[in-house]
Amino acid sequence: MNDHQVHIDEHRDDEGAKTGMWIFIFTELLLFGGLFIAYSVYRYLNPLAFHLAAEELDTTLGTINTVILLVSSMTIAMSISAIQYKNKKLTLILMGITLLLALAFMVNKYFEWSGKISHGIYPGSMTLQEASRGELLFFGLYYAMTGLHALHIVIGMAFIGYVMHLVVKNEVQHDNFAILENSGLYWHLVDLIWIFLFPLFYLIT
Amino acid sequence: MEKDQHTHIVKYRTYVYVLIALLFMTFVSVAVTGIDLGPYTVTTALLLASIKSVLVLLIFMHLKFDKKFYGIMVASVFLLLACVIVITFMDYLYR
Repeated sequence: MNDHQVHIDEHRDDEGAKTGMWIFIFTELLLFGGLFIAYSVYRYLNPLAFHLAAEELDTTLGTINTVILLVSSMTIAMSISAIQYKNKKLTLILMGITLLLALAFMVNKYFEWSGKISHGIYPGSMTLQEASRGELLFFGLYYAMTGLHALHIVIGMAFIGYVMHLVVKNEVQHDNFAILENSGLYWHLVDLIWIFLFPLFYLIT
Repeated sequence: MEKDQHTHIVKYRTYVYVLIALLFMTFVSVAVTGIDLGPYTVTTALLLASIKSVLVLLIFMHLKFDKKFYGIMVASVFLLLACVIVITFMDYLYR
């Protein structure tokens, strides 16, 4: 190492980055998995109360949100193909659509939750204090699980927004898009969790 | 080595087909749970959700095109989760 030649070496490990993202996703899966187990056990112990409480939820709103998340999952997956085809404009459009759909999901969630809250159904409300233990558990789990999921949507939006900024600055390109792939993986995780949340809360009554 | 990882480009068409399949299964599960099938309602809804998640994992999350190693890791995590679920329910059903 005697020569003082400037050697610029790109420090990159795409595979390491992706493996790290997957390991993080596993922790998320186990986190939600634990909540799903809590839900199933309480449902098993309070079948009637869960049945009655689940009828309160709006299936139409839930279905619309499912469609929104599935479409947004496709657009973010497509954006990875677009960047590989060196189509920067299409990549940004697809990521933008994903962000707009995520926003639409949150708007729906806002109306859903504010509807529930206006009916006096929220953690610690008078209505729930008079309700049975099963209903209390159902709505507690409903707010905790859909709330935690909504938090993931917000984080995913921030992540995708940041990667969009990198795409604009040409820091994410056809041969260097590990971070775009990772934001996509995160977004699919959010979709994956919703795929199970939706039937458990909205469909099975 | 890293280059090989990224040579596979998934066609837009593939994603559209997967989305159609996912939407179809969503509407089927909404329709099926609308009619009363008794205990089969839960089974059908969860079965469809599982098929949907496998599609998302394989195609959207690229497990089908990535190295086997990722698929094995994901399968192990789901197996772990399944074991915890079974053990928890064995406790609640037979205590």
